[in-house]
Amino acid sequence: MDSLIVLKNGRVLDPAAGRDEIADLWIEDGRIIVPDSRPIAEQNCIDVSGFWVVPGLIDMHVHLREPGEEYKETIATGTAAAAAGGFTAVACMPNTKPVNDGSAVTRLIKEKSTSASAHVYPVGAISKNSDGVELAEYGEMKAHGVAAVSDDGLPVMSAQLMRRALEYAHSHGLPVITHAEDAALSKNGCMHEGVVSTRLGLPGIPAAAEAVMVCRDIALAALTGAHLHIAHVSTAASIAHLRQAKREGVPVSAETAPHYFTLTDEAVADYDTNAKMNPPLRSEADRLEIRRALSDGTLDVIATDHAPHSVLEKECEFELAANGIIGLESAVSLGLALVRDKVINETRLIELMSVNPARILGVPGGSLAAGKQADVTVIDPHHHFILTEDTLVSKSANSPFLHQPLTGRAVLTICAGRITHMLLQSMKG
Amino acid sequence: MTEPSIFIHKHILGIKELSPQDIHHIITTARSFREISNRPIKKVPTLRGKTVVNLFLEPSTRTRLSFEIAAKRMSADTFNLSGSSSSTRKGETLIDTARNIQAMNPDVIIMRHGRSGAPHLLGRYVDCSIINAGDGAHEHPSQALLDAMTILDHKQSLAGLKIAIVGDIAHSRVAHSNIFSFTKLGAQVCLAGPATFMPADITSLGAHVCTSVGEAVTGADVVMALRIQIERQHDPLIPSLREYAVHYGINRALLKLAKPDVLVMHPGPINRGVEMNPDVADGPWSVILDQVTNGVAVRMALLYLVLGGDKSA
Ligand SMILES: [Zn+2]
Repeated sequence: MDSLIVLKNGRVLDPAAGRDEIADLWIEDGRIIVPDSRPIAEQNCIDVSGFWVVPGLIDMHVHLREPGEEYKETIATGTAAAAAGGFTAVACMPNTKPVNDGSAVTRLIKEKSTSASAHVYPVGAISKNSDGVELAEYGEMKAHGVAAVSDDGLPVMSAQLMRRALEYAHSHGLPVITHAEDAALSKNGCMHEGVVSTRLGLPGIPAAAEAVMVCRDIALAALTGAHLHIAHVSTAASIAHLRQAKREGVPVSAETAPHYFTLTDEAVADYDTNAKMNPPLRSEADRLEIRRALSDGTLDVIATDHAPHSVLEKECEFELAANGIIGLESAVSLGLALVRDKVINETRLIELMSVNPARILGVPGGSLAAGKQADVTVIDPHHHFILTEDTLVSKSANSPFLHQPLTGRAVLTICAGRITHMLLQSMKG
Repeated sequence: MTEPSIFIHKHILGIKELSPQDIHHIITTARSFREISNRPIKKVPTLRGKTVVNLFLEPSTRTRLSFEIAAKRMSADTFNLSGSSSSTRKGETLIDTARNIQAMNPDVIIMRHGRSGAPHLLGRYVDCSIINAGDGAHEHPSQALLDAMTILDHKQSLAGLKIAIVGDIAHSRVAHSNIFSFTKLGAQVCLAGPATFMPADITSLGAHVCTSVGEAVTGADVVMALRIQIERQHDPLIPSLREYAVHYGINRALLKLAKPDVLVMHPGPINRGVEMNPDVADGPWSVILDQVTNGVAVRMALLYLVLGGDKSA
């Protein structure tokens, strides 16, 4: 059978099954199967000894820019970048043009995704046109494939609308992903408010702009009993609220992005617009607290907030530059740095990047059990590489991690049994 | 010049990047140029054949005039390019402008821009020297240099002086550059104003934040008031100019708390009766007009030094 793939001698890491052993992983007809005694041809084998074989990584926060801004990224290029970064699935935020606030855009994304290099789970808008006024049609969007709702990029400033969104989404079994930011507090701000913003004379965004909204939304999740997921947590104050909420049993989950546990506001240096995103890079104390929260379970997910922009949006005055950086192709390396730094172990990293996002979104994945769809990532934790404008698969290159040595990379990505990225050779050429 | 120190900066983007030696060197150079402005023929051929572009993308009359006079007194050819950085004219970006100016091969660009860091961005696209004439709330180095020069006209040294700066520190590039300059030269900088005017972690720059104007002014050698930007009042930073004048305006009674030989400074233009009473601005302590005179000399020195004056002289 030609569709058979045998990953030989890898370190199979399947946190959902409590499995961590050197073994072969068999894939056939797009599914993981129990190895059997049949003779296997060499061309069906891939030697992955020395590498980790893990459930396909899932990035629950990306911006694919299609429809509307295809010059930055498309579903095809964005999922190819995902595959190159080791991801087998992505959830794409609704701030496209037009906004994904109804079945028309959801359907378009799903259709374009049939030929993509990763599973695509659209996130629908919380409000029509993400205007923060009227609820979007969650039932309709869910029927066409949205996995969650969010007005990401824009905070829902009306607490009443947020309450209704949580209630209504709960009825449809969808989590609400909040972009927690008080727009009045962050107004005009373009970086973290602190010593660096003062030194650079740039208007700041205080950490409290995030924390007050995290607080509000936790209160609303407690009120409604609905599943709240907090996107891109960047501050220690938010972590404190989150920790307390989890202790009290509020149905809340949360993610952070690799840049928040890797960089601080110092990365803005001399007005580097590739260090500009929203929420902004925070202080060293915030960064350390994010790392702690990844290890103690307060944070559930590492998601990249992959936000492609062209030079048109980035080569300009810092205050005028667009927010956001690409993240799909550097995430594994930055996540592995946490393991190397002994902040978390390998199992926890896979929970954060695969098991938990699958559970939160209610989508397949996060498991290597026999019978499951074969979404598998092979990671070489020692692979050294440098990302450049030319080697990136993404259409955009707005990253603060270019031109510097990175360690650890996905060397093979298999999505539903299909190889979507490979830096290895099969055993017979 | 006989100074042993050699000026190596191609650009003057901020005081932050200058050493105390650099600052003294600029002031010494400026002093030697100051007398040119008192001659009947106020012109020296030093920068003949050099092209200076005044790129002012934010309204300014005083600073632009000061730089233009400075360049003309050094016999440089000056060209003015002004516009608004807030309204992007027909989509022309700063980078387009930079490339166009670069094509004309100037020697210096003097830049005023409403956004912090704009001169740093410009510097990535042009080969010539850049002098920052004010960028957003970041820096205004020539103003800080002329302020230090003015103080040094009256005091032996800045070391150990108490300098009070009163007003909207957060939105003031003058305050930022002066905090860098005064602290580098050894002065104690005391800031006063409502907390709405204080930037985050300002003490990390070496300044001390006072709880009242009285505390800042008491025993001060220099009192500097900043201009209240009336156009900013849509952002609720203070309830009214009237209330600001009562609590934070510099008046004679307040000045009695300072040293008898206190210097009163203001970067101009003054809102008389708001941040400073007229009798204070025009009183014997005031060195506000000296600041203007020194402004031209400092800008002559900056043009001379970034164009490698030391090496050719
Ligand atoms: Zn967001």
